[in-house]
Amino acid sequence: MNFAEHLPALQIVVPLVSAPLAVLLRDRLAAFVLVLAATWTAFAISILLWLQVGESGLISYAIGSWPPPWGIEYRVDALSSLMLMLVAGIASVVLPYSRASIEREIRQDKHYLFYALFALCLSGLLGITITGDAFNLFVFLEISSLSSYALIALGKDRRSLVAAFQYLIMGTIGATFIVIGIGLLYIKTGTLNLADLSIRLQAMTSHRPVLAALAFLTVGISLKLALFPLHQWLPNAYAYAPSAVSAFLAATATKVSVYALLRFYFSVFGETAIFQRLPMEDLMLVLALAGMFVASTVAIFQDNLKRLFAYSSVAQISYVVLGISFDSVTGLTATIVHLVNHAVTKGGLFLLLGAVIAGMGGVTLARVHGVGRVMPVTSFGIVLCGLSLIGVPGTAGFVSKWYLILAALEKGQWWLVFLIVLSSLLAVAYVWRFVEVAYFHAPRADLAGVREAPLALALPAWILVAATIWFGVDTSVTVGSAATAAAQLLGVSR
Amino acid sequence: MNFFSHYDYWVMLFLAMSGLFIVIARGNLIKKLVGLAILQTSVYLLYLTPGKIVGATAPIVDASFTVYSNPLPQVLILTAIVVGVATLALGLALVVRIREEYDSIEEDEILRLDLDPADDKREAKP
Repeated sequence: MNFAEHLPALQIVVPLVSAPLAVLLRDRLAAFVLVLAATWTAFAISILLWLQVGESGLISYAIGSWPPPWGIEYRVDALSSLMLMLVAGIASVVLPYSRASIEREIRQDKHYLFYALFALCLSGLLGITITGDAFNLFVFLEISSLSSYALIALGKDRRSLVAAFQYLIMGTIGATFIVIGIGLLYIKTGTLNLADLSIRLQAMTSHRPVLAALAFLTVGISLKLALFPLHQWLPNAYAYAPSAVSAFLAATATKVSVYALLRFYFSVFGETAIFQRLPMEDLMLVLALAGMFVASTVAIFQDNLKRLFAYSSVAQISYVVLGISFDSVTGLTATIVHLVNHAVTKGGLFLLLGAVIAGMGGVTLARVHGVGRVMPVTSFGIVLCGLSLIGVPGTAGFVSKWYLILAALEKGQWWLVFLIVLSSLLAVAYVWRFVEVAYFHAPRADLAGVREAPLALALPAWILVAATIWFGVDTSVTVGSAATAAAQLLGVSR
Repeated sequence: MNFFSHYDYWVMLFLAMSGLFIVIARGNLIKKLVGLAILQTSVYLLYLTPGKIVGATAPIVDASFTVYSNPLPQVLILTAIVVGVATLALGLALVVRIREEYDSIEEDEILRLDLDPADDKREAKP
């Protein structure tokens, strides 16, 4: 028995155990140090797992030594190792930020609970990504969801409570649909192991209960990933949550749901069952296009920057779904690359918005007039992230759009290339709204003395902004891993 | 296949749809949570009924029994019940907090209170 063998279990156990310990400590500094140590350990483990997977291709870990499909299996392949690294990495950056950020937003005696919730949410998200068991996936989904409802409700604005409640209703309907889908699959096959399910389902993909399961899973997961038009919970939840929570959830929660969708579509049902026998390709294409245009247009008319960029998240998720609808290696590569790139970009953006809130007291457009003059560095960072959302060359967003366009061309759909570029113009419009008030208006008299954000807020944000630029220039990690993962999902050898 | 051979599924579907209907149709936050709880409970039936075989025993290997019921669905649903209770508790806690802040638990009233344009003023509060 050696240590490296048990990394998949430790990946979950370390953050999971830190949550109750943080509650027991009841001290905000001790809880912070503990959860920070757990989060960074989880990130280190995810990097080790990624390296291991790079060598061996697949890690299967039997929990409690019960061999799959009887016991619960943790399964790490190219896609899940990339997602683990993404989630743990974002958490490692957001958590140090949150210490300075919640100082202003949450009562001090509640801080240790914030850290406990954060650790729970992180372990839930990591759990969804690593598990190879359908029911286990549902349990982790609920761990992450319940903790994120509570995290959102910690917001200073009272509307955060209503947003959290709406998210709880929608999220629970989504999770219930997912568990109905899993139940139907279980009734048909008698197994919950995802790999085992895919083998047993091959002979019965056109049976009606299996199709019903597919429908329930699709709707349930689409609710969680905020696929247009099931995105209603998202804008308010992101807008009124504490800054650190907005950044963490915007960067990871919907991405992990996309992962679950990819897992069920490609690893369980299989690409032929979904895309060749059913019109899923057209369905997802239409929903993705509608999301790209409607959400971007709505974003242009928002008065609150956090809401504006929350709607932009809905639009960006639509690009991810667009990639899935191509049903090709290039399309899936675009999907996975955009998952990573958008997570890094939006994470950085929401962290910077948090810094603006700390300085100016809010992020309504009327309030942030002239923020480019009083907080030049922070504003410049927001503009850089905005450029990535548009997809300007040299930023991460360009790389994802490039692969999306390649995938569209591969299919010979010229009109789609046109639409992708056109929707990017809408992104120009909403990013311009920030640029206009930030640089072409004088700051309000009472806010003219605002200073640049403290280093504790600026540094984590700039790490993600730097990553946005880095992934736009050097694509070996993102595109390399994504292409391997896409090939693995489609069962194509590379 | 006639209607009554699968009556357990019809019960489950009826419960699930009534739960979902309550969530959508009712404006009272508590009633919404009740609907949500019914929706979640219906799923327990979906899992539990196929696990039971008439005349079967618990899976303890013994020469005198040949038919065994699957215990796994019950274990799964035990977990799901815990999840359901946690969701309901969190939802009710949120309703308490909403009532404190808005002095109402009716969705339409709360949404009307939120239309208040004093957005910027509230944000500025320390």
